[in-house]
Amino acid sequence: MADEPLVLGIETSCDETGVGIVRGTTLLADAVASSVDTHARFGGVVPEIASRAHLEAMVPTIERALKEAGISARDLDGIAVTAGPGLAGALLVGVSAAKAYAYALDKPLYGVNHLASHICVDQLEHGPLPEPTMALLVSGGHSSLLLAPDITADVRPLGATIDDAAGEAFDKIARVLDLGFPGGPVIDRLAREGDPAAIAFPRGLTGPRDAPYDFSFSGLKTSVARWIEAKRAAGEDVPVRDVAASFQEAVVDVLTRKAVRACKDEGVDHLMIGGGVAANSRLRALAEERCERAGIRLRVPRPGLCTDNGAMVAALGAEMVARNRPASDLELSADSSLPVTETHVPGAHSHDHVHEVSKENLYS
Amino acid sequence: MDTATPAVTVALHDGDRVVAETGQVDARRHGELLLPAVDRVLAEAGVKLDAVTDVVVGVGPGPYTGLRVGLVTAATFGSVLAVPVHGVCTLDGLAHAAGVEGPFAVATDARRKEVYWARYEDGRTRTGEPAVDRPADIAERLAGLPVVGAGALLYREAFPDARGPEHVSAGALASVAAERLAAGRELLPPQPLYLRRPDAQVPKNYKVVTPQ
Ligand SMILES: [Zn+2]
Repeated sequence: MADEPLVLGIETSCDETGVGIVRGTTLLADAVASSVDTHARFGGVVPEIASRAHLEAMVPTIERALKEAGISARDLDGIAVTAGPGLAGALLVGVSAAKAYAYALDKPLYGVNHLASHICVDQLEHGPLPEPTMALLVSGGHSSLLLAPDITADVRPLGATIDDAAGEAFDKIARVLDLGFPGGPVIDRLAREGDPAAIAFPRGLTGPRDAPYDFSFSGLKTSVARWIEAKRAAGEDVPVRDVAASFQEAVVDVLTRKAVRACKDEGVDHLMIGGGVAANSRLRALAEERCERAGIRLRVPRPGLCTDNGAMVAALGAEMVARNRPASDLELSADSSLPVTETHVPGAHSHDHVHEVSKENLYS
Repeated sequence: MDTATPAVTVALHDGDRVVAETGQVDARRHGELLLPAVDRVLAEAGVKLDAVTDVVVGVGPGPYTGLRVGLVTAATFGSVLAVPVHGVCTLDGLAHAAGVEGPFAVATDARRKEVYWARYEDGRTRTGEPAVDRPADIAERLAGLPVVGAGALLYREAFPDARGPEHVSAGALASVAAERLAAGRELLPPQPLYLRRPDAQVPKNYKVVTPQ
């Protein structure tokens, strides 16, 4: 049991209600209910709409996952849940459900970090993570370079976006081009028919004195929007495919360049790419090319596991069980700004207890 | 259980009476407080959760993100235990506990300078759907009536005969449900009464996660 724990994971940090079930590093079920269509007309995720949708979808999605996995909830070794970071109200629905579930089944509860889960999900695709693993996480909510010597206990942030997340830039450019929300898939599709070298858009934070692992996509976004507006103002047609390809190239060029550099600097021979933007075909292709040239093994999960899902939470939960990490307690909070260094949220009591004991030893 | 108001309240009812009850008032910590409260109530009664045959949850109306904590917890219990989950209007719980004879109203704090409210013929009979309004806009309609709850106590200028209790208790909520079930009456589905549309605003930089 200990090295192949059966764990159910719940993810509600944004607009997907995800419930996954894994046995060790084997995926048994991955049920997702998405409210993305409801958000589309607002051009982004509306927190209250997401929270309401999570409440409706939560229990049916858990039941669907159990059915898909063909297991009984009584056989679970633990319940894992995204404790943060994410939208506060959305997280709270998942955390409350996970607590009730763990309590009713009398199973240990593990509140885990969303970003660490994005990395850990690759165990379901490519087997145990090498230690350390370098991870590039890119989505509508995050763009980070993380060094993970131990995914259950030690994740170190090397760099992150200083303004927009990469996925947000895709959404904003798609909006300027009237392509709808979310922007990633449609830009990826159009870019395949465009020329990535047609327009030289700027590469943010790539100067010699810039932070080597931080990202900035705000300047790029403004530059692309201006270029489009100038064309329109001149009464010319906007070459949508070329704009999409050139914009996308600017994003993935910076992402892969910095990720490969971080691997070299830190002497890490594996790069993992996760998050919704990891589904981007050009990002995958360029990363493959540059990693191969640098002698780095690239690990990218299939697109369905890159976007937010419950399987990734279950994957990290299973690792927590396998490595005997302390469980969370019933007071577990949803923490919308949980730092990435906190891979999980162990119960306060186990911690306090240690202090009490040591105090006694000191003064008795 | 009820988390529709600042009170996080849990009770165990055996069909005749409240066996155990606990609660805390903290509008910001519903998520942290509810499960430990469930655990305390069951421990006090010496009962395990799987002995429970029906789950009753306050469906609001409630302005707090916390409203969903009670609802999703109840739904999850219902799913694991394979028992029915019943909804009761939170205002009905307050009305039941009010002990007022004759017509009155119940009002809770809806924030944004509004109250959730409903009229009652007596402690068991609501005479209309719950609504959300500004106190000044309903003061005239409720003139002369006792008004029970935090929404009344907060706006005494609009509701001069404001009375307690301030918040709902799960014991009262369970009693309402037990009476109705015994009488073979339908209860509400365990779905939230928000009474407001969601603020359809995409915040700037939603979910930006910048590791320090
Ligand atoms: Zn994510």
